[in-house]
Formats: sequence, C-alpha cells, structure tokens
Amino acid sequence: MAITVRTVKRPERTFATELYLVEIVKGLGLTFRHLFVNLYRHSKRALGLKGLPGSVTVQYPDDPAVLGKRARTRHRLLKRDDGAPRCTACLLCETICPAKCIRITAENAPDVTVEKRAKTFDIDLGMCIFCGYCVEACPVDAIHMDANEVELSSYNRKDMIWNMPELLGDVPKTPSRP
Amino acid sequence: MTFPLPLNDVVFAVAKILFSILGVGLSIAGFLGWVERKQSAVMQDRIGANRASIFGFTVLGLFHPIADAIKLLTKEDFVPKGARKPLHGLAPIISLGCGMFCLAALPYGGVVDYAGRAWDLTPIALPMGVPLVLAALAFGVHGIVMAGYASGSNYGLLGAMRGAAQMIAYEVCLASALAGLLFVYGTLDFTEAVRWQVSHGVWGIFLQPLAFIIFLTAGTAVTKRVPFDLPEGESEIVGYHVEYSGMKFGMFMMTDFFESIVICGVITALFLGGWSIPFVDFPSLAGRSGLWGLWPVAAGALMVGSSVGKILLMLFLLMQVRWTLPRFRFDQVLDLGWKHLLPLALINFLVTVWVVYLWR
Ligand code: SF4
Ligand code: SF4
Repeated sequence: MAITVRTVKRPERTFATELYLVEIVKGLGLTFRHLFVNLYRHSKRALGLKGLPGSVTVQYPDDPAVLGKRARTRHRLLKRDDGAPRCTACLLCETICPAKCIRITAENAPDVTVEKRAKTFDIDLGMCIFCGYCVEACPVDAIHMDANEVELSSYNRKDMIWNMPELLGDVPKTPSRP
Repeated sequence: MTFPLPLNDVVFAVAKILFSILGVGLSIAGFLGWVERKQSAVMQDRIGANRASIFGFTVLGLFHPIADAIKLLTKEDFVPKGARKPLHGLAPIISLGCGMFCLAALPYGGVVDYAGRAWDLTPIALPMGVPLVLAALAFGVHGIVMAGYASGSNYGLLGAMRGAAQMIAYEVCLASALAGLLFVYGTLDFTEAVRWQVSHGVWGIFLQPLAFIIFLTAGTAVTKRVPFDLPEGESEIVGYHVEYSGMKFGMFMMTDFFESIVICGVITALFLGGWSIPFVDFPSLAGRSGLWGLWPVAAGALMVGSSVGKILLMLFLLMQVRWTLPRFRFDQVLDLGWKHLLPLALINFLVTVWVVYLWR
C-alpha cells in the first residue's frame, strides 16, 4: 500500500479569530449546549422517563468497572494441554522486566523434551509498572496480562507478591487483613 | 441612655449590612461552590459532587458546601516557620474585608416609604459609591501581596507578584471602561445611576456595549478566576495562598466568590438597570392601597429580589466563561490589558464625551 499523505490545513488566523470575541461566543455556545442538553436529559431521567443518560460517568465502586477488551491487567500464567505450566524458566521475562519485579527459580523438568521448568515464579505487583514487556518477551506464550482484575491493592507490601500457584489460578489469592 | 441616632435607624442600617454580607455574600458564596462543581460537571458530561449525605439524603450534592465549611473550620491552622506571623494572619482579613465592604456598598433597592419614613435599601449609600467600590476592589490586592510576602515562601511570593502584575494590567481598564458611562449618568452614586436608567428608560448595556465587554473582561480578571487565574494557577503552579490552610485559606477562597458577586453587582447596577424591572413602576407599586398596607414592603422585596436575581444571572454567565476558556499566559494578560482594552476604553470615553457634547 502506498503511503498516503494527508495535508492538514492549519487554522487560519482571520480577523474574527484575532478578535477573540467571536471565538468566545462560539465556545460559550458549545458549553451552553452541553449544559442544557445534559440538564434536559438529567431531568427527564429524574422524572422516570427513558432517554439518554446525562453523563458518561461510571460510578465505579458502586457499579462494576468497565474494562476495554484489550485492557492490560493482572498477569496470568498459562498451562499446557497436559496441565503443566507452559513456563520453561528461560528467564527472558525476568531479564527484560524494567521494574525487576519477577523472581524465578528453575528446576529440572521430568519431561525431557522440556528440560527446565519453573520451581517458583513470583511477581511483585507492587513494583510492576504494567508495561507488558514480559508478555512480549516470552517465547512459549506462558504469561499473559488478561486476568481482567484491577482491584489488586492490599494492606501490606508482602501481599502484593503473587506466587506461581496464584498466578496459575490453582490457589485463590487470600490477602491478610489488617 | 440616648443614642445619637434614632434607634430604628441604627437597627435598620445594621440589618441591611448584615443582609448584604450574610444573606447575599455568604449564602451565595457557599452556593457558588456547589454551582461551580455542578455546572462544570454537567457541561462536561459528568455528574459532579454527589457523595456528601445526611441520613442517606444527598439532594444533588447540596450538602457539599456544608461539608467544605466544616472541613475548613476544623482543619489545623498551620503557620509555616519562616512566616511573618501578624501579617500572615492579617492578609486574608484584608482581602475578605475589602470584598465585604464592596458587597455592602452595592445598591439592592431604591427608597421605599413605609410607616411614615423613607427606607433606603442600599446598605451603605454613598455619593462616591462607584470609585469607592473600585478602590476597595483594588485594595484587595494588598491582601494578596501581603499573603505572598508574609508566608516566607518563594512560591507564595511568586504568586503574589503575579497577582500584583495582573492588577496593574486590568485595574486601569476597569475604571476607564466605566468613565464614559458615568459621564453619561453624571453621577458617581450607584443609586443615582440606577435612577437615571429608570427615568430614561434605557439600560447602560445598550448605551455602552463596548464598555460592558471591557468591564466584564477586566472584572473577570479582578476575581482571579480562569481565564485570569495567574495569581492562583490552581491547576499547576502554586499561588499566593500556598502557605495557608484551614479557615484562612477558606477566607481567600471566599474572597474570590465575594469579588465575583461584587463585579456582577456593579454590572447589574450600572449596566443592567439595577433593581429596575421593565414595565414595573416601583413608586406607583409602593403607593398602592390594600394588602394591609404592605405594598411598600412588597415593592422593596421585589426590588431586592430583582437585583439579586440579575446578580445571580451574571454569576451564571461568569461561571460558564470560567469553564469555557483556557487561561491567558502572563504576557497575554498584560498585552490584553494595556494594548487592547485600555485604548478601546479610552476611545470609548472620548467618543462618548463628543457625542454627549454634540447632543447638548
Ligand atoms: S508488566 Fe513489565 S514491570 Fe510488570 S512484570 Fe511484566 S515486564 Fe515487569
Ligand atoms: S519468558 Fe515465559 S517461559 Fe521464560 S521464564 Fe518468563 S514466563 Fe517463563
């Protein structure tokens, strides 16, 4: 495909824009329109009638959070068909991680074709910057950031560290209470 | 015990001043905090503050000003180590006091005859009302500069300097925009100016539309709100009140709102016909019989209601402007003031003088 060049026309500085007053009136027109349209919608809803909502606000803790389809959230370790973790403990993710928050210890795998596997796999989400480099680096597609979980906060730093069973989803994360 | 003045005069004067400061000033200022949040939220497709509740009732977030007030009153009043203590405490008082004086000097209504005497509904009626209000508004900047200097912080001082420079930029335009109008009215008294508009049947805004725009622009600068919020710079830099907390900070906040009310009050009195309502003749309304002889009181209440209503409408417009425009840069404010508004105001004045001269 040929590169298409689109010339963006610079806004011209005419006398009207230099005067500034016309632009102020235009801007006020826009904001007033939003104000009155939204007021109309709000009052319509308050009267119990159907209609468009007057605001786009999501009342998050009361209503569930709306995540995008491609939202990058908490990590998840994937398994092979036979149920063993896919991770081969190649340490590529640990190496690339800019926040240095992945700790992996390796051990021999019983399966000779795999050779190596992770004994422990800890991610300190308190340090993670959610850059997604670990997902990009993994050669065997063992780590994803699609757990769709954003409520990760805890009462102490130790609880921010997720270990391998938790990341695999075998054991639920039970944070300690204060 | 004898009073030098009749007792009911004193009581009435105190009542008027209390009404202007508490009834108009404080209540509208508190209300404005809510209006500011809700209006900006609605026009930006948001909901706005809606969490403060009493027994589960939120009433559109109307309790937020109360929550704000409680928070500001109970917060620690922190004075930093390097601050010059007396000045640090005095600065917000000066700012707020100037605002309060201006509020009390606005005309809320004319004179009504009731119970055998004339009641002047203007709290502080002065023959030099307009220049005095302008002077008091300008004097409010002393509070800002004092606050910046006394807080012993470079950031505060920077904010104060910006405030002073902005004052220099708009203060001249503010007065000179009014010059032509006052020349036409032939008075410096708010009440007289309103009477002139009533008796000639035309509001100042139609006589001097240019002066109205200039005064509105310069007036927005007085209130130190966006688009002229250089002294405060809420969004990124820190202003003159960076070292203030608790109610002292609250007083500065309130000064902003008070000054907005004052500017809108001056606009109402000089440009929008003050308390007058088109096609309503107040003297004849007050002179009617019936209603147990309370017609003069009703007329007075209508006058006050009309002027406060006009002030509220102007505040609504100013609020909308505040949430529509981006901030001016420092040099742009000075440019606007000195290179554009001031020459325009002076030309406006000269033309007015010539027209009036040729007319007579
Ligand atoms: S998302 Fe980035 S910071 Fe977080 S673990 Fe992966 S590589 Fe490290
Ligand atoms: S890059 Fe993939 S395979 Fe390698 S250690 Fe990380 S998760 Fe395991």
